Amino acid sequence: MSDIKIKITDREGVLHEVDAPTDMNMNLMEIVRSYELAPEGTIGICGGMAMCASCQCYVISNHKLPEMSDDEDAMLAEAFNVEDNSRLGCQLHMTPELDGLEVELAPES
Amino acid sequence: MIKTDILIIGAGPTGLFAVFEAGLLQLKCHLIDALPQAGGQCAEIYPKKPIYDIPGFPEVLAGELVDNLKEQIKAFQPGFTLGERAETIEKQEDGSFIVTTNKGTKHHAPIVAIAGGLGSFEPRKPLLENLTKFEDNGVSYMIKDPEVYRDKKVIIAGGGDSALDWSIFLADVAAEVTLVHRRNEFRGALDSVEKVQQLKNQGKINLITPAEIVGLRGENILEAVEIRKTGEEELITLEVDNFIALFGLSPKLGPIADWGLEIEKNAIKVNNTLDYQTNISGIYAIGDVNTYPGKLKLILCGFHEATLMCQSAYQKIYPEKKYVMKYTTVGGVTGFDGTKKEAPKAVVKAID
Repeated sequence: MSDIKIKITDREGVLHEVDAPTDMNMNLMEIVRSYELAPEGTIGICGGMAMCASCQCYVISNHKLPEMSDDEDAMLAEAFNVEDNSRLGCQLHMTPELDGLEVELAPES
Repeated sequence: MIKTDILIIGAGPTGLFAVFEAGLLQLKCHLIDALPQAGGQCAEIYPKKPIYDIPGFPEVLAGELVDNLKEQIKAFQPGFTLGERAETIEKQEDGSFIVTTNKGTKHHAPIVAIAGGLGSFEPRKPLLENLTKFEDNGVSYMIKDPEVYRDKKVIIAGGGDSALDWSIFLADVAAEVTLVHRRNEFRGALDSVEKVQQLKNQGKINLITPAEIVGLRGENILEAVEIRKTGEEELITLEVDNFIALFGLSPKLGPIADWGLEIEKNAIKVNNTLDYQTNISGIYAIGDVNTYPGKLKLILCGFHEATLMCQSAYQKIYPEKKYVMKYTTVGGVTGFDGTKKEAPKAVVKAID
């Protein structure tokens, strides 16, 4: 067992504190889907290829995050409601370093 | 009126493969898709990405898979209504259906199979006040007829291939072309990026980056846009006749949601895993668009669902006929175009 705690504010503004496994090759988008914090069909539409931005979130805590890939960067350049702290949830893999991560889901667009 | 046996809504991998399974049962198919080409997400979103879980293909590019499927079903001569979205469905007295697209094309079939994936791909619209007011009054999300922009002042927003390509094309047509993008970098084919650079240097394209359109002005029709350059407080007001927002496509379930089908989690509920029929007899939902206990949104599951759907459709169309499933290795594949593929016969001959 190697779970970390993550705080996710959903699109309705409700805060959820969830356990996320680090040993199951999961990313933040999949964590959100597994807890059904956003309706199916409104998040992770492209399945996690950094090609739709439906899993965009704002990172609130000061964690050191992995560098953005060119794909993620380009996708965020075209997405809406993008802020400086925007990331694609599907590109954030659950690692022990992300324990305590706080994020907010961006509005559906 | 287009007539067929099975009307398939959605020309992604599941819809395409349904044509094959239907063809083995001598049922004809016609497909409707909102995109201008067949292939669904595989062709639109990730044609160059590999897929590793198609049985028998250790690795196949999504675009290749679509090409293979099209080749596989060619002999069954499917009809296509592409670039049109299925809008309404009317059940006829005899239990058959008439499906009409947004462009008014009518299709008549005893069976409708919805293989709509995540829905039809619609342009992503920027979040701007008054946006709807200016739609068709200066604001558009795709270019149907470039002549509309002849001698007009046009502003294009977006950073992908279509924004680049249309900026290049309209540079020769429009009076003025401005391209706005949130970054300095564009994501597109290298030639397009270089061509835009060239046209910018020649003064044929006015490039504003990194910037964003934040406001629309005009009495009844669009007269000007407000642009904010990243990091600058003051807005630039630019007089334009047309604003073309090219921010890619995103899938929406769309009008299908209003067809009286049971919807759960943005998908169509099918009562069973027997034939994937919906709550309306004669309408089936297969592939990513459906949901049932244990559902997995995988292409390979879509193929299976399409196969069972066709068996059920056959029984519905020909309730009096008995049918026994035949292996293609045994029965071969007889196309509607007169072609026949079959396994070579073994030779029975004595050896002296």
